[in-house]
Amino acid sequence: MENYLSIFTEYNIPGAFWVNIQLTFWAAIGALVLGTILALLRISPVASFQAIGSGYVNLVRNTPLTIIILFAVLALYGQLGFTLGGDFQANFFRLSVLGLAVYHAAFVCEAIRSGVNTVPLGQAEAARAIGLGFMPAARLIILPQAFRGAIVPLGNTLIALIKNSTVAAVGSVATESSSVMKSMIEFRADIVIPIFLTFAIGFVIIVIPVGLLTTWLSKKLAVAR
Amino acid sequence: MSASILFDTPGPRARRRILIINIIGALIALGVVAWIFFGLAGKGQMKPEQWDDFVQASTWKNYLWPGLVNTLKAAILGIVGSVIFGLVFGVGRLSQNKLINGLCTVVVEFFRAVPVLLMIVFFNVFFARSLELPGDTALWAVVAALIFYNGSVVAELVRSGVHNLPKGQREAGIAIGLTRGMSLRHIEIPQALVAMLPALIGQFVVILKDSALGYIISFNELLFFARTYSSPNGNVLQALIVTAVIFILINFTLSKIAELVSKRLSSRVKKSKNAAAELVGAPAGALAAGGADNADEGPNDPRA
Repeated sequence: MENYLSIFTEYNIPGAFWVNIQLTFWAAIGALVLGTILALLRISPVASFQAIGSGYVNLVRNTPLTIIILFAVLALYGQLGFTLGGDFQANFFRLSVLGLAVYHAAFVCEAIRSGVNTVPLGQAEAARAIGLGFMPAARLIILPQAFRGAIVPLGNTLIALIKNSTVAAVGSVATESSSVMKSMIEFRADIVIPIFLTFAIGFVIIVIPVGLLTTWLSKKLAVAR
Repeated sequence: MSASILFDTPGPRARRRILIINIIGALIALGVVAWIFFGLAGKGQMKPEQWDDFVQASTWKNYLWPGLVNTLKAAILGIVGSVIFGLVFGVGRLSQNKLINGLCTVVVEFFRAVPVLLMIVFFNVFFARSLELPGDTALWAVVAALIFYNGSVVAELVRSGVHNLPKGQREAGIAIGLTRGMSLRHIEIPQALVAMLPALIGQFVVILKDSALGYIISFNELLFFARTYSSPNGNVLQALIVTAVIFILINFTLSKIAELVSKRLSSRVKKSKNAAAELVGAPAGALAAGGADNADEGPNDPRA
């Protein structure tokens, strides 16, 4: 027991989870912005915009996240010399956030599109009847309801993002939890299972409230029809 | 459907405007592609010798093909394992025994919340050091992690598939003297499996993508081989693009198959609905139609 407790003083476990939460926070903002733009492109009446949106979604959704983050770190930074400022560590962190945002934007786009499908036809017709064009109708009538209808799939994407933030390990973010756990179990072979369970339960504790919050929000914010 | 609710059928002026915006959009898209291409060329990344490695037989024979074989091996073992895991735990969650039900719920919810990468890293050390398993422990670590996570997702698919079946299916089974378990095995699960097939194939895409996480524990899969090959040759960027294209081609095919199966299933349900209505007449037909609508929810599962 004492043996096990020593890992908490030797390693900064809450700090490792904090890095994952930070990765998730910034990537979630990026994915939400990019995903909304992609969803707008996909529901626009312009064929080339639709093609750009669906092309992006189909390419990104079918590529492993590992390749996308490796690409950001090895190809964008390593081979092309593209940096996002800050010191060495901050640059890797930001490149990983970029990779996570690019990947999850495709899923956010699909979530919002499914939300648009929950908006009744009459809403769009009413918007047109009072003279709103495509963008005003989308901004004032369709998207606010679509977001409220898309809370469950958006919440699922957020949960996936929290878990996928561990993949930043391939982006050389050595302070996040899967990298910390890796070095811990390599040095402490005597308590491999307790260490794994510690980290696993940490994720359960983060993920389950998000799931409950999603369910609660989706009920509370459901558009009364 | 979503595309048509937002705007009326355009008139001549709107059509002209859409055409102009359409051309501008296409030009922007082409511009971005050209910008990437010339940007890469400007950085000296478009030299033929950096790319022709990937059309040479020796590269494929020594690196890409063995890598792809290992990736597919992990994915197929993961798929088979997670379907079995999913069936066992999905049925467990449907059990009326509170202990079995609770146990299966805890297992499924736990493994759905733990990142796959965390499990891969853990199993890799656990298999090699604690259990001292012989052979390719990295492969077994990847497969085990894939099975625990995706098996839990499949278990949820099985459970929701059975829940979405019309109640009459179980009642009919019990009426002809089957036990609860027999009606599950012979009547409900086979139908649930068919209804969840599109979502299940969609999950195969997830399994194939997640197998690339094996890269982190140096499992000899496609991405790892591509990286090992390209590092000394200075064409990592090109190798990553080629690897991504291979993954996209396989996954895109799988997604298309899922779509096709989903369409086939929904048309089959509609057909049987009409047939039932014709055969049994109106009142019973309405009942059958209600059932068929319920079964229709399978392919529309949000996970698909």
